Amino acid sequence: MSETLFKVFRGERAKGELCEYSVEVTEGMVVLDAINQIQARHANDLAVRWNCKAGKCGSCSAEVNGKPSLMCMTRMDELPLDKPVKIEPMRSFPHIRDLVTDVSRNYEINQLIRPLKPKPREADGTYRMQQKDIERIQEFHKCIECFLCQNVCHVMRDQQVKEFAGPRFLIRIASLAMHPLDTLNRLKELKDVFGIGYCNITKCCTEVCPEDIAITDNAIIPLKERVAGAFYDPLAWLWRSLTSVSK
Amino acid sequence: MESYEIKEHDVLVIGAGGAGLRAAIEASAQGVSVGLVCKSLLGKAHTVMAEGGMAASLGNTDPRDNWEVHFRDTIRGGKHLNNWRMVEIFCREAAERVAELEEWGALFDRTKEGLIAQRNFGGHRYPRLAHVGDRTGLELIRTLQNHGIHQGIDIYMECCIVELLKEEGRVCGAFGFWRESGQFVVFRAKSVVLATGGLGKIFRVTSNSWEGTGDGHALAYRTGAELTDMEFVQFHPTGMVWPPSVQGILVTEGVRGEGGVLKNSEGRRFMFDYIPETFAAETSDTEEEASRWLSGDPEARRPPELLTRDVVARAIRSERLAGRGSPHGGVFLDIAGQRDAEHIKRKIPSMYHQFKKLSNLDITTTPMEVGPTCHYMMGGVRVEPETAMSTVEGLFAAGEVAGGLHGANRLGGNSLTDLLVFGTRAGFHAAKYSREQSDTIEPSKQLLKKLEKLALEPFDPERTENPYALMADLQETMEQHIGIIRTSDEMEKGIELLKALKIRGERVHTQGNRQYNPAWHYTLDLRNMLCVAEAISLSALKREESRGGHTREDFPESSDSLEKVNTFIREQNGSMIHENREREPMPEHLKILMNLPLKKEQ
Repeated sequence: MSETLFKVFRGERAKGELCEYSVEVTEGMVVLDAINQIQARHANDLAVRWNCKAGKCGSCSAEVNGKPSLMCMTRMDELPLDKPVKIEPMRSFPHIRDLVTDVSRNYEINQLIRPLKPKPREADGTYRMQQKDIERIQEFHKCIECFLCQNVCHVMRDQQVKEFAGPRFLIRIASLAMHPLDTLNRLKELKDVFGIGYCNITKCCTEVCPEDIAITDNAIIPLKERVAGAFYDPLAWLWRSLTSVSK
Repeated sequence: MESYEIKEHDVLVIGAGGAGLRAAIEASAQGVSVGLVCKSLLGKAHTVMAEGGMAASLGNTDPRDNWEVHFRDTIRGGKHLNNWRMVEIFCREAAERVAELEEWGALFDRTKEGLIAQRNFGGHRYPRLAHVGDRTGLELIRTLQNHGIHQGIDIYMECCIVELLKEEGRVCGAFGFWRESGQFVVFRAKSVVLATGGLGKIFRVTSNSWEGTGDGHALAYRTGAELTDMEFVQFHPTGMVWPPSVQGILVTEGVRGEGGVLKNSEGRRFMFDYIPETFAAETSDTEEEASRWLSGDPEARRPPELLTRDVVARAIRSERLAGRGSPHGGVFLDIAGQRDAEHIKRKIPSMYHQFKKLSNLDITTTPMEVGPTCHYMMGGVRVEPETAMSTVEGLFAAGEVAGGLHGANRLGGNSLTDLLVFGTRAGFHAAKYSREQSDTIEPSKQLLKKLEKLALEPFDPERTENPYALMADLQETMEQHIGIIRTSDEMEKGIELLKALKIRGERVHTQGNRQYNPAWHYTLDLRNMLCVAEAISLSALKREESRGGHTREDFPESSDSLEKVNTFIREQNGSMIHENREREPMPEHLKILMNLPLKKEQ
């Protein structure tokens, strides 16, 4: 057992400071345990979001020593404990209080995505899909909506482009566009509403994903190719206008 | 008195996990106005943590399965205490509810024929659980969420409900506050659906998230509704035990469904020593037969690791007490010796990830250490099976907060399906009920004023109790005295301690202000936690037998006469009243299902 110093951002609406707390560190402890200990012993009203404490709900996202992480899955023994551990809220979202930020924009973007429009069932009332055809979409369905990718994406973080849906929602659109049952063509809105062209494939999102989803390689790049094929390839354009095939 | 923000709906749904979302979707489909309130952000509810799958007798993986066998299994697993009509509805409607999720985008793992694949689970005669690896709950909640947001439902996130509003004997809404601002809000509604989930947080070792504080159980109780079967708390046999900070986190039953075996420190598969007589006919009694089952022999009987959760949890405890436990006080769960690494990573990926990350352990090569963890509440609000309405007019309940379906012990996989079947029914009937009411009753000013005072009392500087310390003491009390094994001496001690905690509860102090203040939220949660802890203790003390999730060391056998009896809790003049009542006997058309000859190997 040892004592470690934590510096936790406290304040409201981005006005605040790093406050120091001493934390008793035990074997196997994660950063969220430390935050809960600080709440119980020193700062009852320290605001933080968390739910499952098992890496499944994606609520406890924060910047741990500057690195966007889930606090419940960051073990203390991964961190250098000879210097203070710095905990700050996610930087790309408007600040509310202490470690809590306003992530409502993510819910607004999600609302713009048209839901699945499935093709009819087979004659026997079932849907038949092969495992190999759904595996790549199952990868996207692993997303726990921690919004760390949205937080770290520089199109959102630094350039603050409003017309860009961000990696979380590009994989969601990918999961619909590649869904064996979906009947909608989503390419035009990908370009015009969700701004897929803004992504310049720096893969920051993939690096922080706690679910190890290959966001850029498996979702964004294939979507970019489809959009490019549909809108910027003259042969495809000619073919489309002759046959008016959708999807 | 503050002025309150007012929201008005025909149906108000409290809780946005699987049951709440499904109820809101159904109510909305009936053309009424629906509000959906949740304590956290949308999509973060405890449903997200469900792993193994949802039970429905689709018969895709084994065509011998049908709703009748599912009925039989559920009643046997519930040790005959279930409300049989709820079980009948549940088993008949399960397949349709699961299939409809596909239309909304859910992608279950497939069979070779391209149909929904089904997995083996404890107590289910045939492979029955539709699943997505070991993250089925996430798939369920995200599917309902992404469908639900386009159904015209008004969603109120990060909003806590302090109390339900009732006037003239009818529920007329709820009083709550926004977590972000701390400002109060009054929801006016013609009916309310409780879908608040469970109460595992009253125990120290639990798989439940912070939200599982028994809110709906307590809200219903204080509104005059009857609770049932409150002594039946499920301790899941396999939670993580090491390191201490992850103690209680769930290790899915899917590990055993995929072939994982339980071993003691001597390397023995001890479950062969704990096969109850009632399950002997359909359980392997040799390792040889169990391994034939694993390789797909339809004639082989199921391995004893897939006995019901109550049986497995007690066996693990006995092995530990006999000194045959693992180094950190659990037993070993080994899948590495049964399946290759590729299979393990594909079928239980989040278990692989969870142990790798939190315990530095590779489950494809090394056995896990596991032990019991509080997981699920079988008991809850007594509801009418067809409509899901409680004993209070206009108040409905669905999912874990409702009681009756699971009897004395829930089968794994029956919970997610419960959310869908009874969520749908509660939403439908709440909408119907609301349409039949001519007006929304206005809550009185006095009532609102009383609730405002109650909610703000914790800020009184005269108060001194730390809510976190009180919560920890409550959890330890329940763990020690009213936990997995019970005796009347221990429980009486526990009840005395709870009385003292209740008094401390009235002195809990909240530091700081009202804006996003978890100390305040915990303080109000504690009121609910203390209420349900009392109900559990009282019911547990009164049931003098062992059955399912309720194990009495002083009454180790099941009693034939108590098999007919369910327990009920209600408030009367400020006191908690307990009552035993006999269940209506099962009708003939269901009774015969209990003795149906199973095909082939029986």
